[in-house]
Amino acid sequence: MNGLELENFLIVAAALFVIGIFGIFVNRKNVIIILMSIELMLLAVNINLVAFSSFLGDLVGQVFTLFVLTVAAAEAAIGLAILVCFFRNRGTIAVEDVNVMKG
Amino acid sequence: MISADLNIVLPELILAVYAMGALMFAVYTGKDATAPLILGSTAALMAALGVWIAISGSGAATAFGGAFIDDGFSRFAKVIILLSAAAILLMSQSYMERIGILKFEYPILIALATVGMMMMVSAGDLMALYMGLELQSLSLYVIAALHRDDQRSTEAGLKYFVLGALSSGLLLYGASLTYGYAGTTLFSGILETISDGKMPIGLLLGLVFLFAGLAFKVSAAPFHMWTPDVYEGSPTPVTAFFATAPKVAAMALFARVAHDAFGTVTADWTQIIALLSVVSMFLGAIAAIGQRDIKRLMAYSSIAHMGFALMGLAAGTMFGIQAMLIYLAIYVVMNIGTFAFILSMERDGQPVTDIDGLHQYSKAEPLKALALLVLMFSLAGVPPMVGFFGKFYVLQAAVDADLAWLAVAGVIASVIGAFYYLRIVYFMYFGEERDAIQTPMNAYNWAALVGAAVIMVAGVVNLFGVEALAAAAAETLVN
Repeated sequence: MNGLELENFLIVAAALFVIGIFGIFVNRKNVIIILMSIELMLLAVNINLVAFSSFLGDLVGQVFTLFVLTVAAAEAAIGLAILVCFFRNRGTIAVEDVNVMKG
Repeated sequence: MISADLNIVLPELILAVYAMGALMFAVYTGKDATAPLILGSTAALMAALGVWIAISGSGAATAFGGAFIDDGFSRFAKVIILLSAAAILLMSQSYMERIGILKFEYPILIALATVGMMMMVSAGDLMALYMGLELQSLSLYVIAALHRDDQRSTEAGLKYFVLGALSSGLLLYGASLTYGYAGTTLFSGILETISDGKMPIGLLLGLVFLFAGLAFKVSAAPFHMWTPDVYEGSPTPVTAFFATAPKVAAMALFARVAHDAFGTVTADWTQIIALLSVVSMFLGAIAAIGQRDIKRLMAYSSIAHMGFALMGLAAGTMFGIQAMLIYLAIYVVMNIGTFAFILSMERDGQPVTDIDGLHQYSKAEPLKALALLVLMFSLAGVPPMVGFFGKFYVLQAAVDADLAWLAVAGVIASVIGAFYYLRIVYFMYFGEERDAIQTPMNAYNWAALVGAAVIMVAGVVNLFGVEALAAAAAETLVN
């Protein structure tokens, strides 16, 4: 495959996945960025699945990818809906303001 | 071929079709006016399905090329899930009406979450696992934020969503690595590639990520941080639901993945689970001591209880799975009873959750106080209540599997944990005069509270035969 090895794909996916996790924990600004980070994590997994599928010569991985894409869309819809409710109550979506409950 | 497959998934199919039909019915007729009707019919259908699965199921069968497994283990878990979900639904009606959020979506979302949980416990493939888990999780995110005009409820929904999505991501990453290094998503296929007992490093990584994701869902420490906030912020009936059926489903899924997909390499994962177990037990026991909010207290209590259930899984034996199933069955009954009480706590017509209101409660309501006393003793594991036997079985499983250190740690944690359960009892019987609470109950909640307490005492005779049923169920999973 044009000299690309499986490892190359896995490294890209792992890098994206780690960026996604850091986006959730390091980001102190905006909940929307957290939603984007979650999408990034799921897409990193998709790269993994498609790469494995292609190198194994097995279609199951690509079927799995289709399922993941569908669920990711549903997840984003629900996340945004909850975020809209939250914004209506608090008037802010800054991460540091998600703090009514503590302990 | 396809009709045989559909026959095997018939209970899930009925519940899923019912949920969508009920949604259409409610949207095109009375909207929220139909909520009590839908709530009742959903509870009735789930209870009926639970009884049906309990009496009709036999043998083991797989559907859809091995992606869906119907065996004794999955049926045992499904019966607990369906019956506890039905009980929680019936208990929640009066509370939801009182605070004005009895919406028709509530029972429908519970039904969809239950379909997801039934998929989870029957999963025989990483894709089925993921779809079941997400159906359950997405429904639960929404009902956590059900009280959408309430700051705490929406915040609970948001926190649960973010951390739940993170855990799904971890789990999925593990699933992709497992697929890549095993070459298949079927649990039976994964088991075949490691039949010589050797784990390639890629599969081991996949296993760790999968278990991290699952540990989030059972709220095992150190992946527990969402639990207290979500329990406190969600409407109380939703909290009651979170504490029962989803925990059973996630633990059963945990056991399914561990034994069905990685059953030949028990040495590789029992250490991970033993670590999760011991951290959960101690964290749950110690962090609950400072809590004044009973919902938060129950959150830490459930973390500790999941630690004990994981101890059974950590044993890696058939007896361990049996002990885990017995523990879960007892845990669910105790929680239903306790939450029936919490749901009725109010002061001047407003729901309250602070434990200070329980001072001198036994003077006002001796019977309910006695029932709560029995439940608290049982949660703490004081003999001769049934809760003690649940702990006894998992401890014995750990000792049999040469994990004596884990059993000793469990005993110490349970002694520490007994403090906050007994403090509630102390408040009720020997507390000082304070601003008291009232606990008006309808027939369902009263029956759930007193029934659970009676089971905790009467069950000492033979645990109502759960022991033999759990043994039969464990046998179908571990072989």
